[in-house]
Amino acid sequence: MFGKLTLDAFPHEPIIIGAAIFMALSALSIVGVLFYFKKWKWLWTDWITSVDHKKIGIMYIILAFIMLFRGFTDAVMMRSHLALSVGSSHGYLPPEHYDQVFTAHGVIMIFFMAMPFMFGLLNLIVPLQIGARDVAFPFLNSFSFWLTAVGMVLVNMSLVLGEFAATGWLAYPPLSELAYSPGVGVDYYIWSLQISGLGTLLSGINFFITILKMRCPGMNLMRMPIFTWTALCSMILVIIAFPVLTVTLAMLGLDRYLDMHFFTTSFGGNQMMYVNLIWAWGHPEVYILILPAFGIFSEVVATFSKKRIFGYVTMVWATAIITVLSFIVWLHHFFTMGAGANVNAFFGIATMIISIPTGVKVFNWLFTMYRGRITFSVPMLWTIGFLITFTVGGMTGVLMSIPGADFQLHNSLFLVAHFHNTIIGGVAFGYFAGFTYWFPKAFGFKLNERLGKCAFWCWLVGFYVAFIPLYALGLMGMTRRLNHYDAAPGWHPLLIVAAIGTAIVAIGILFQFAQIAYSILKKESSQDTTGDPWDGRTLEWSISSPPPFYNFAITPHADDIDAFWDQKINNKISKEKPHYEDIHMPRNTGMGFIIAFTIFIIGFALIWHINWLAIFGLVATIVCVIKRSFDYDTDYYVKAAEVEKIESEFSSRKK
Amino acid sequence: MLTETLTNNHNEHEEHHDGSTNSVFGFWIYILSDCVLFATLFAGYTVLHNNIYGGPSAKELFSMPFVLTETFILLTSSFTYGLAMLASHKKNKSQVLLWLFITFLLGLSFVGMEIHEFSTLIEEGNSFSRSAFLSSFFTLVGTHGLHVTSGLIWMVSLMAQVMKHGVITKTQTKLACLSLFWHFLDIVWIFVFTIVYLMGAI
Repeated sequence: MFGKLTLDAFPHEPIIIGAAIFMALSALSIVGVLFYFKKWKWLWTDWITSVDHKKIGIMYIILAFIMLFRGFTDAVMMRSHLALSVGSSHGYLPPEHYDQVFTAHGVIMIFFMAMPFMFGLLNLIVPLQIGARDVAFPFLNSFSFWLTAVGMVLVNMSLVLGEFAATGWLAYPPLSELAYSPGVGVDYYIWSLQISGLGTLLSGINFFITILKMRCPGMNLMRMPIFTWTALCSMILVIIAFPVLTVTLAMLGLDRYLDMHFFTTSFGGNQMMYVNLIWAWGHPEVYILILPAFGIFSEVVATFSKKRIFGYVTMVWATAIITVLSFIVWLHHFFTMGAGANVNAFFGIATMIISIPTGVKVFNWLFTMYRGRITFSVPMLWTIGFLITFTVGGMTGVLMSIPGADFQLHNSLFLVAHFHNTIIGGVAFGYFAGFTYWFPKAFGFKLNERLGKCAFWCWLVGFYVAFIPLYALGLMGMTRRLNHYDAAPGWHPLLIVAAIGTAIVAIGILFQFAQIAYSILKKESSQDTTGDPWDGRTLEWSISSPPPFYNFAITPHADDIDAFWDQKINNKISKEKPHYEDIHMPRNTGMGFIIAFTIFIIGFALIWHINWLAIFGLVATIVCVIKRSFDYDTDYYVKAAEVEKIESEFSSRKK
Repeated sequence: MLTETLTNNHNEHEEHHDGSTNSVFGFWIYILSDCVLFATLFAGYTVLHNNIYGGPSAKELFSMPFVLTETFILLTSSFTYGLAMLASHKKNKSQVLLWLFITFLLGLSFVGMEIHEFSTLIEEGNSFSRSAFLSSFFTLVGTHGLHVTSGLIWMVSLMAQVMKHGVITKTQTKLACLSLFWHFLDIVWIFVFTIVYLMGAI
């Protein structure tokens, strides 16, 4: 009746019971608050059913922060465990639990922290930057978000119910095959990624069309803000790379569920194909994450240097070249597989070539700052921290792109240090910069600067203290994913230093949460009534903060790369009262949430092999999709009078 | 011609938010991603097709006349779908429904034949668990079959919508998307036919 779901699936280890109780208490307190303040209706009508890209963006970012907390807890557990687990002492995590922790850490940070954070910022800003009223397919956007949320729920559910994969974040076979991972952990992995991956693909298509088709008049491709450009290239990568992930995980799933033999050790299966396929997705994936971060830095550096971005055209071309090159370097993740000297040489050289357009970008940012009037506000600090950290990370990457060197460094902590150097220094710093920079646009008040600076310095210092020792440990021969080691190689002191670094980063994260809480409490004193708190350059700053639900009362016209800056300095902002017209808007709908929920049922049922429930979920999904497609009343008009009322409120606030 | 018609319709509704041109363009991009999906499956098949592990090879398994019949049925269904699209440009509701119905029957018989082929293979002991080659064969051809099946469900839903609303801009856009999907599946089948069956027979 309930497949593999028996009482044994419920937690009985103290650490896991503790986590379960913590999660249950947080969920209960949220439910309690919602009941107490009678907010259920508000939650449903204003958020869950919303197709407004700004609200969807905010929900994505909330999800990302929750998962940052979860993923970072995993990191703290690993580092503290390793600081203790030397010689005769075995730390506090049993091996099978430790393996789940490092797997969950990687999966969560990439799929459920970085990806939602990126889509959150894209949702918030891209339509505003291109002067659009919404994305191309607002309903699809809501559906994509809820699919991501379903994936996140499944991953967190594995903490309490059953187990998570203990295979490493890419679940290489044969370890991830049924013979070696008979539990439900890998199934949780497969279905949470399949479902959230579908959401990602749909979002990719949505933003691709939005950027290409919904730009305001005058904004040709070479007048798009750099962030929009990087978003476009990142979406191209999503569209081409994610189907590969879908197929790869489907093949692994077929091996596990239907006894197929794609990657098994016998019957002609080929594990090397899995590694090739997963990295043919996986390498573009890291560029999917980093390109929008590059875009954010470009916006921030121009705004806070009070200068137009240096080398706009080279910036665009560098982005485009990275987009193409990211597809021909995947093999550098497994030089040691033995593809042969010529193949390794090709991929090594292709990898080195990627550093050229990236270098172009670094110099562009530096030259934008050169002779600029720089304000060292928080987003700018993240940017400068990024420039240094990411450059170091990039150079260690070039080191490892030499196949001969890689044979030594493969799977060592040197590699772990390298990719954290680029992902924390690039992606995380970038999204934090974007978060601080665009926060006033989304909420109408600024984040506290002092706490923001404390958070930045803790993160920066903590990062170096945590990861520089890992480079050394890698060269000393320590491999990744170890959960216990001897005292003889002398790794222990460096691992203690790394654990201290993690603690410093933890303080940084606490400062970030404190910053958000404090800023909300003190929001009256940091209101942004102008809509343009940083003296911005692009169109998102030309409207009120937070923007009205229809974004632009009058469709803007872009005459320059920095369209809003151009309007400001050339006095193009009309003082007369504009003539408003009715605005066409999409209607809210709960269908995105409902269909995602039916898909959740399918995922849950398949993980636990509850066949009847899976069939029920599939039928429910098909019925709901058809029901939605029969709904022809999906949009409405906002009356000009209402637009006028909202706009005049904004202009009176401005004065 | 298709895009032209849609563009003209679009101009009549300048204000339209989820514009029909956006939908069709978006669907093109979805087709592109589906292309990558099939490309990956083809890659998998190409890598594994010699890994028969003592089981039967492609040459021993497939019956060409049977597959050729399947092929002609699917190609004909593409043609009849084209006729449905021509009727939709003329806003001829009953003809649209007639041609969609014929397309549906052809698609259904294609899926039926494929199920028959699969069940025969499994009965003879040559299931997807037999070897990596057969795993990749069943997955590649089965994924195409699943696509056709979802196309059929979509077609039924669209026929009901055309019955209810007639041939209006919104149903025309949906017909155009399904048309893209249907022809795309045809093209994928040509590749399946060539790479799996024809090259397997050599």
